[in-house]
Amino acid sequence: MAQTKKVIMLGNEAIARGAYEAGVKVSAAYPGTPSTEISEYLVQYKDSLYCEWSPNEKVAAEVALGASIAGSRAMACMKHVGFNVAADPVYSISYIGVNGGLVFVVADDPGLYSSQNEQDTRMVARAAKLPVLEPADSAEAKEFTKLAFEISEKFDRPVVLRITTRLAHSQGIVELCEPCTDADRPYVKNISKTVMMPNNAKPRHAVIEQCNAELAQAANTMPINKIEMAGTEIGVITSGIPYQYVKEALPDASVLKLGMVNPLPKELICDFASKVDKLYIIEELDPVIEEQVKSWGIEVYGKELFTVLGEYSANMIKKAVLGEDTYISQPAQAPGRPPILCPGCPHRSVFHVIKKIGLHAAGDIGCYTLGAVAPLSVIDTTVCMGSSISSLHGMEKAKGKEFIKEWVAVIGDSTFMHTGVNSLMNMVYNNASGTVIIMDNSTTGMTGHQDHAATGKTLQGDAAYAIDIEGLCKAIGVKNVFSVNAFDLELLEKTIKEEQEKDEVSVIITKTPCVLLTKGKKPVCIADSEKCKKCGLCLKPGCPAITKQSDGTVKIDDTMCTGCGLCAKLCKFGAIELVKEG
Amino acid sequence: MAAKNIMIVGVGGQGTLLTSRILGGLAIGAGYDVKLSEVHGMAQRGGSVVTFVRYGENVYEPIVEEGQADVIIAFEKLEALRYAHFLKKDGVIIVNDWRIDPMPVVIGTAEYPENIIENLKKEHNVYSVNAMDEAKKLGNPRTFNLVVLGAAAQHMDFSIEEWHSVIESTVPSKTVEINKTAFNVGYNLATD
Repeated sequence: MAQTKKVIMLGNEAIARGAYEAGVKVSAAYPGTPSTEISEYLVQYKDSLYCEWSPNEKVAAEVALGASIAGSRAMACMKHVGFNVAADPVYSISYIGVNGGLVFVVADDPGLYSSQNEQDTRMVARAAKLPVLEPADSAEAKEFTKLAFEISEKFDRPVVLRITTRLAHSQGIVELCEPCTDADRPYVKNISKTVMMPNNAKPRHAVIEQCNAELAQAANTMPINKIEMAGTEIGVITSGIPYQYVKEALPDASVLKLGMVNPLPKELICDFASKVDKLYIIEELDPVIEEQVKSWGIEVYGKELFTVLGEYSANMIKKAVLGEDTYISQPAQAPGRPPILCPGCPHRSVFHVIKKIGLHAAGDIGCYTLGAVAPLSVIDTTVCMGSSISSLHGMEKAKGKEFIKEWVAVIGDSTFMHTGVNSLMNMVYNNASGTVIIMDNSTTGMTGHQDHAATGKTLQGDAAYAIDIEGLCKAIGVKNVFSVNAFDLELLEKTIKEEQEKDEVSVIITKTPCVLLTKGKKPVCIADSEKCKKCGLCLKPGCPAITKQSDGTVKIDDTMCTGCGLCAKLCKFGAIELVKEG
Repeated sequence: MAAKNIMIVGVGGQGTLLTSRILGGLAIGAGYDVKLSEVHGMAQRGGSVVTFVRYGENVYEPIVEEGQADVIIAFEKLEALRYAHFLKKDGVIIVNDWRIDPMPVVIGTAEYPENIIENLKKEHNVYSVNAMDEAKKLGNPRTFNLVVLGAAAQHMDFSIEEWHSVIESTVPSKTVEINKTAFNVGYNLATD
């Protein structure tokens, strides 16, 4: 027997490995925490599969669909809110089913570590009538990924692999297997299945209901839905990461661990319920399992005891089920440490100028969302990818051209390529006025530096045509398009002021690369306490490398400073010097 | 054996991920079941970050909860203060005597607490180390996290050979020697 190799893997890495072992041919994704690393780990298998960054999740889902229809195993990976972007194709792909196995990996973020909401993908998947698998550790992440492709092909259903941040960003031990090499199927023309016009879609709806019913029946005997009998006093139905908390908190309880959370194995659940005195359902976020089980007339305890907010823990479960309080000493009073823009970040410079002019900013999704917090405090709105531009447009239509002269929209390059460009088309088409600042740092910054359609490089590391954002804006019909270095404070201020006066759409591209992308030895700024007049101007943009000392003068931390020179430009007394050799 | 619970706390960008991966590699090398939990994404941008490492015969949850940490490795003093209540009664906290002001302190809406290490010592087993000075002496301030890890290793049950071997297999090959040197400095440093 071949020796299996055990390694420690991040949940996302294990999913990538699972896809490779399943013989996936095509994977498409848009970066989004906590799903990003799946694609980054998938690249290592590029000799046997193709993977890409698509401009957004809708495109990614459709790329995966195409590969599936052609007969290959395919997947699309995204975060929960990205699944909303992909919802249009996903709901109808559900009717089409699959040829090659098709899996959507969707990562939820209970606790909102890096998201704008806390939605539960199981709800969305149920609405789209899609089966959902949910792994509980890295080993299962790999195995369930492979199983998802098998279920997809056996039952002709696209399958959602639902994970959460804690699974995606935890590491655990995984056993490696050989990849499957004969997964490909031939393409077969069948328009009744792949052309979703009403006459085809209507019978397909009946077909997929039947497929799901068969799957629900099969779920009763699937090994991934398993009963772990212990004491009969307490029974718990759970799945995913909460399973781990349950095992930690309630070692004497019997557990029904669901590997597939949609459709549910009704007979198995009824059987388990009959074997225990008191039944709990422990699931993070929404009561998806609980409401269904209750609807079958089974008495269970769920959200009466457990919150729909945030992540769970073993201590929390112990307290809710056993009434046990864990001894904990009181946390100390400590000032918070919220995330901040890095020292040398070009966004800080742009926000400083916007603040100096006294403008409001409609914001978007990226590192630059941090422009909403003190001391910058210039962003008034943040909703979803691309919304800065369209919401600015709505403001103008509501309150008029004068109102919008006190506003700009700010959006990053990757977010602009994702969906922002549609909103800009809308402004031009509907005779809007308003200034859009595209903060082009040549990368998808917040998720850890992924390429996109305007960076000139693909996920697989190949050179690609870099879409020219300036040219794209002009092609849409924006007449006023300017590129300005983010650190050229005077030119940036002058340009914004001039464009605010126009009754037309203007785009200002502040093209300066993310400071974390620039390698090599960086210059530093040094503050001279003799010359420092303690005015505090250099502290205003909130650079974490500058601190005020007890005597009121400032000190610059040379291990953090990257020599962007913003503080030196702001100092009116020549007290900060930019030194080339750090 | 009951699972050992380790936490690494610090400020985003200080290298908590590298350190936790070294610890994970160490535990897997010793044949334990291991789980690690990390923070990625926006929270990493200069925010307060915490990484959990658990190892033992059988590890379920990937996080360490309040009152359960055997060892906390703190790369920054304020973060040591923030997470000290995660310690078990007989747990140990290794604190890098280094201050990074959070934004509320920079902009004057909060005060950086005074005498953190002295105050922590009243309640906990605290060992402090001036890792940044040591790393600067080596000519590479960025290796301060290995100095802290070396100091923490004094309070853990792995041999120096095991530590060296996992450092070799975890850090980029070009930086193996400097990282091992930094680790040794911490390992041999008198902490108090």
